Amino acid sequence: MGIEQKLGDMGIVTTKLEELVNWSRTNAMWPMLFGLACCAIEMMAAQASHYDMSRFGMELMRASPRQSDLMIVAGRVSRKMAPVVRRLYDQMPEPKWAIAMGDCASCGGVFNNYAILQGVDEIIPVDVYVAGCPPRPEALIHGIVTLYEKVKADKFVTPT
Amino acid sequence: MDKKLEKIVQALQEQFGSSVEEFRNEAHVFVKAEQIVDALTLLRDKFEFELLSALTASDYYPQETPRFHVIYQLSSLAQNITLQLRVPVNSDQLKVPTATRVYDTANWREREVFDMFGVVFEGHPDARRILNPEGMDGHPLRKDFPLGYEEPQFTFNYDDIDLKKIYAKE
Repeated sequence: MGIEQKLGDMGIVTTKLEELVNWSRTNAMWPMLFGLACCAIEMMAAQASHYDMSRFGMELMRASPRQSDLMIVAGRVSRKMAPVVRRLYDQMPEPKWAIAMGDCASCGGVFNNYAILQGVDEIIPVDVYVAGCPPRPEALIHGIVTLYEKVKADKFVTPT
Repeated sequence: MDKKLEKIVQALQEQFGSSVEEFRNEAHVFVKAEQIVDALTLLRDKFEFELLSALTASDYYPQETPRFHVIYQLSSLAQNITLQLRVPVNSDQLKVPTATRVYDTANWREREVFDMFGVVFEGHPDARRILNPEGMDGHPLRKDFPLGYEEPQFTFNYDDIDLKKIYAKE
């Protein structure tokens, strides 16, 4: 069963290094434990037993940016919070990814005013935008799986 | 107006020559900026107003004299009454003496009024912004502060706005 069947007699699997690395990156991508607003509640629900994000290798929310690979920006980012979010992102080790969860983090949502950043992409590069106000846990999980597809297609050397 | 309140308002009128407005059994006493510290001290020490429950402001733009009212809401828990003091502030003279030496609560509240309205409290021990980031321009609760921040994107103007947007780079 499982990998043993594919090993054959020699106990060797041939694959591309790129694929192996990308596979391992997607199957243990630890998000950072932080939420900024109501989207964080849905993020917690996605983490809890009913939706169970651990199925995708995300069982650990790391409370330190130095141990996390993925930043889920869950909620509106105020202009006063923006330098803090950027600093957390800078502290994460490479390779790192970011998901803008919800309308507010994606484009400011209903908060078109002086206090709220019009999309977190003003301060950090975003890989996947998840729409919804707030997005349901399924939507967040879909966003994460979309990110996995993106990571799996990553090349070591970018063609120039 | 409450019987207890009437006496206090009368005392304020005699001492500071202030005018009074009444609204739904609440008294609004108008005081000049230079009198406010004395008025608050008198109310605290003589009339048992031990709590400054709110310190805020109101913008009457486009009216310029006065442009703002700085509002002091006082409570007396011992007598179960509240009293409102108002200081009219003209747009060319945005200065009010600080009340921090009378009520300690005034510290953060005056910082908030400065942050949101731009009224300067003279002699404040820590006159910084409190809610908005340090480098911000303008005072958001003023009536002449622009309402929206970014034009909404629709299909017809999506590309125009997208070109102007700042995107962070790695």
